[in-house]
Amino acid sequence: MDGVHDLGGKQGFGAVGHGPQAKVFHSDWEKRINALYAIAVRQGIFNMDEYRHAIERMEPRHYMCASYYERTLTSLATLCVEKGVVTHAELETLAGGLFPLARALGTGRTNVPNRSSYNPGDWVRVRDLYVSGHVRLPSYIRGKVGRVIAVSPPYPFPDAQAHGVQAQDEPTYDVQFHSHELWSDAADDALVHVGVFESYLEPLT
Amino acid sequence: MESNSDLKAVAAPVERAAAIEMALTSRGVATVEDLAERVHLADEVWLPERGARVVAKAWTDPVFRTRLLANGKSAVAELGIELPAHHRHLVVLENSHEVHNVICCTLCSCTALTVIGLPPDWYKDLEYRARVVRDSRTVLREMGLDLPAETQVRVWDTTADTRYMVLPLRPAGTDHWSESQLATLVTQDSMIGVARALEAK
Repeated sequence: MDGVHDLGGKQGFGAVGHGPQAKVFHSDWEKRINALYAIAVRQGIFNMDEYRHAIERMEPRHYMCASYYERTLTSLATLCVEKGVVTHAELETLAGGLFPLARALGTGRTNVPNRSSYNPGDWVRVRDLYVSGHVRLPSYIRGKVGRVIAVSPPYPFPDAQAHGVQAQDEPTYDVQFHSHELWSDAADDALVHVGVFESYLEPLT
Repeated sequence: MESNSDLKAVAAPVERAAAIEMALTSRGVATVEDLAERVHLADEVWLPERGARVVAKAWTDPVFRTRLLANGKSAVAELGIELPAHHRHLVVLENSHEVHNVICCTLCSCTALTVIGLPPDWYKDLEYRARVVRDSRTVLREMGLDLPAETQVRVWDTTADTRYMVLPLRPAGTDHWSESQLATLVTQDSMIGVARALEAK
């Protein structure tokens, strides 16, 4: 989905809040929520792709204003409600107030049929791909040309995994793009490497 | 989704966190022991000191360094460092005078957390996620790392379950340092690639 989570290359943001005060957690509840979501994954209540997608499904204004662990919390609660583990009403009663959840689930998809496999050195084009469900394709590489540098082991296909759709595992390709291919002249000179699932790629013809 | 109409204000995150924790523990989905174990891992085990040991060993043991660059996951396992099952591949990116690597995750905040530690707040903030992939050299300079013009920058966006860590350059003047001394120079920032390893004093 084209959500506000897809931040790579978006402009207008200020300086990174980096410094000696950097912390992983800012309060105890953040640690406990980070633990709870991992336990829920281990218990098989949901998988990592469902978890990531439930964060992306947050109402955009909520997503942008929430802290990292508030997004974790919202995804965990949303999936526990959707999977029937708890009800939204119970959560609001326990919390003593409104408990905003992520918006409804869209549709997933399986692997692209007749997809090609690639070798290091191959030039590839990222498909001009628009899907309504979960996808791990950052929009800044859509339609762009890059070169395969390496191949990973096969992984579950996120577009399917986040939606309970059957699919084959796919390798991801370490694809190297020049920053000027991605953003013309409005970028610093660099090589940008992205892990791209096989179904997101097509041979460069 | 139903919701109680007599409740008007949004509960604070701390209250919402307590609510979902209560709901899950009362159903036995998570036990007090499970929670304590996971909090312990985050607080005491998944720390940047682990990655620092890996870097220091790579600096002093060329054969290990070769194994680390060839297969990060199996090489860190030699030091007793496991990756979660879904992280099937660890790619170690070696900095040189010619190439500087920096890692990010633009779509969420994926990290090799069991090796380089859980990511700090700024890594997860919108600013870093939006900007480093596009304005890499500018962002690094703002963060205090001014790279020579001839050094090529490579940005690694963690969009799949392959994980990355940067192997920083070994600081000058450390020729006779032990592995454990060297490890004290390796910061989490240097394994993300937003800083060099600390200078020898």
